[in-house]
Amino acid sequence: MDLATFLIQCLNSLQYGLLLFLVASGLTLIFGIMGVINLAHGSFYMVGAYMAFALSPVVARTFGGGFFSVLVVGTVLAVLLGYVLEWAFYSYLYEREHLQQVLMTYGLILVFEEVRSLLVGDDVHGVPAPDILSGTLPLGDLMTYPVYRLFISGVCLLLALGMWFVFTRTRLGMMIRAGAANREMVQSLGIDIKFLYRVVFAAGVAIAVLAGMVAAPVSSVYPGMGGQVLIICFVVVVIGGIGSIRGALLAALLIGFVDTFGKVLLPSVAGVLVYVLMALILLWKPDGLFKAG
Amino acid sequence: MNFFRTTFRVSLVAGAALMASTGAWAQAKLKVGFMLPYTGTFAALGNAIENGFRLQVSELGGKIAGREVEFVKVDDESDPAKATDNVNKLVKRDSVDVIIGTVHSGVAMAMAKVAKESGTLLIVPNAGAGAVTGPMCAPNIFRSSFSNWQPGYAMGEVVGKKGAKKVVTITWKYAAGDESVAGFKEGFAKATGGQGQVLKELSLPFPGVEFQALLTEIASLKPDAVYTFFAGGGAVKFVKDYAAAGLKKSIPLYGAGFLTDGTLEAQGADADGLLTTLHYADGLNTPRDKAFRLAYAKAYKLQPDVYAVQGYDAAQMLAIGLTATKGDTKDKAAFAAAVRRSTIDSPRGKFTLGKNHDPVQDIYLRQVSAKENKSIQIAVKALADPGKGCSMQ
Repeated sequence: MDLATFLIQCLNSLQYGLLLFLVASGLTLIFGIMGVINLAHGSFYMVGAYMAFALSPVVARTFGGGFFSVLVVGTVLAVLLGYVLEWAFYSYLYEREHLQQVLMTYGLILVFEEVRSLLVGDDVHGVPAPDILSGTLPLGDLMTYPVYRLFISGVCLLLALGMWFVFTRTRLGMMIRAGAANREMVQSLGIDIKFLYRVVFAAGVAIAVLAGMVAAPVSSVYPGMGGQVLIICFVVVVIGGIGSIRGALLAALLIGFVDTFGKVLLPSVAGVLVYVLMALILLWKPDGLFKAG
Repeated sequence: MNFFRTTFRVSLVAGAALMASTGAWAQAKLKVGFMLPYTGTFAALGNAIENGFRLQVSELGGKIAGREVEFVKVDDESDPAKATDNVNKLVKRDSVDVIIGTVHSGVAMAMAKVAKESGTLLIVPNAGAGAVTGPMCAPNIFRSSFSNWQPGYAMGEVVGKKGAKKVVTITWKYAAGDESVAGFKEGFAKATGGQGQVLKELSLPFPGVEFQALLTEIASLKPDAVYTFFAGGGAVKFVKDYAAAGLKKSIPLYGAGFLTDGTLEAQGADADGLLTTLHYADGLNTPRDKAFRLAYAKAYKLQPDVYAVQGYDAAQMLAIGLTATKGDTKDKAAFAAAVRRSTIDSPRGKFTLGKNHDPVQDIYLRQVSAKENKSIQIAVKALADPGKGCSMQ
């Protein structure tokens, strides 16, 4: 591998890692901070990707504008969806055992897949990238690099920064962290923890849906796409340390590098490398890289 | 009271059974069991196969060899873990005369195993796993579609004849991908007289779609051509990523036909001009194909695809075999002999069955233009799967 190829592979790793963080960060909120094992997280991602596909004609008709207005409309819808889901289902899960959480959220996966099949069908769809971002940059003598992938990385970095700011520098973040540490105590201090959790959950869903929408032009849209990202999301959260946004970012980047270079250098075991990495890190630090609190 | 009712019911059932067994073969209904994916990623394929099969049955007047046809359906969910249970439902619970299925190769292998043991007739209308017409082959197992080896081999010859010397292959690391690449290498070696070089066989875990690292690898290897086997969502993403990485201009991409089948809408302009090989194509313009397409479109308000053709031909093969045995599904030797002897007049073009019961068929070279896989020439005429490991040679 010459230097140029090595650098391009590093760029690929970085880009894949950031995309992973984008998908997994919503799970960090819901699983890491609220403590609910949410298997339906992948479904929210799928809902986002299908929104990017199915909403664009509707949005173009009613509001005008292209991809970016779809992002805005989709995110608003996602917050509503998250709010309703929390009220109807998840709010009953906080005090329950993990097995019950797994059962209910698994049930939601099936419901989401079936509804998707009824509404949009089982075909594979492509979503075009917005025109201003559809260009490419030359890279080496043969390859080009799509500008849209850089845009995704930018969105990820902004999101990471935003989440870090909210959690560590605002009153809201303080309340959320306190709630994660001790629910009853926070409630007795006069904070409406139920409402707070509903907001956090809605934000988690919105981030997953946003990730699906932003990733749709590069990932395309197909049935069962949620299941593919779900496992890797859990790996990111577990390696990073449950509840730590900094940890999730670092873990996602680590996985990006291991996966990319694994595919090139050790193709026969590329499928298990990420899980070997997880096992090694958990042996070294059983709570993940950065455990919150 | 209770006793009377039971006796009454028993005698009714016995009477019915007696009537069925004494009546001629022509009277008993022919039970056809569809074991196909009706949910999940392959649901559209399962429906197309069933539609094609039913179209041929209705063209035959709803009867095969004089027997009325009755359908039983099982959704296999493309889940190999449930495959043995599902096929046993059809064989033991429903006691079907013939099983039609399926799309997923892993499920088809389990079906072939049960069919081999129970002796039930099995016609595979899609799954290309080499083993079904290789080590697992049996007198009562047939395939109306293709083996993974066939399109791969044909493309190997095409790429070799185009003068490519150094190639790279890329696929998912699973049986279908491996078999397709093996076929490609065989055809490529033959066409280049052993001079052609496969620089690297790239693969990624199924069903992963993060191709960027491997595309960079391709760019650094600078081969004359790339051969690929992907299907469904992975095929869409690969074609788009290949174009976005700028490789489409510099390194020609060739694939097994599934790369561009049922995916063209989603791939858009990125698929334009791609060359693929398969046993069916758009624009064949034969009277047989035109008539089939028209009848299918009329019956289902849908355009047929390669899967519909495979279902249609499964029904043709069943009809040929059963006509020869006068509707008797137990006489497997006569059934197999009749199907082996005849030429199946498929919309894809006429084909026969090889010794291992896989179609000996023309493989088309197709080019994508205007959202169609237009046939541009026959890549290899009457290509037979080698049937490695099949004892019926």
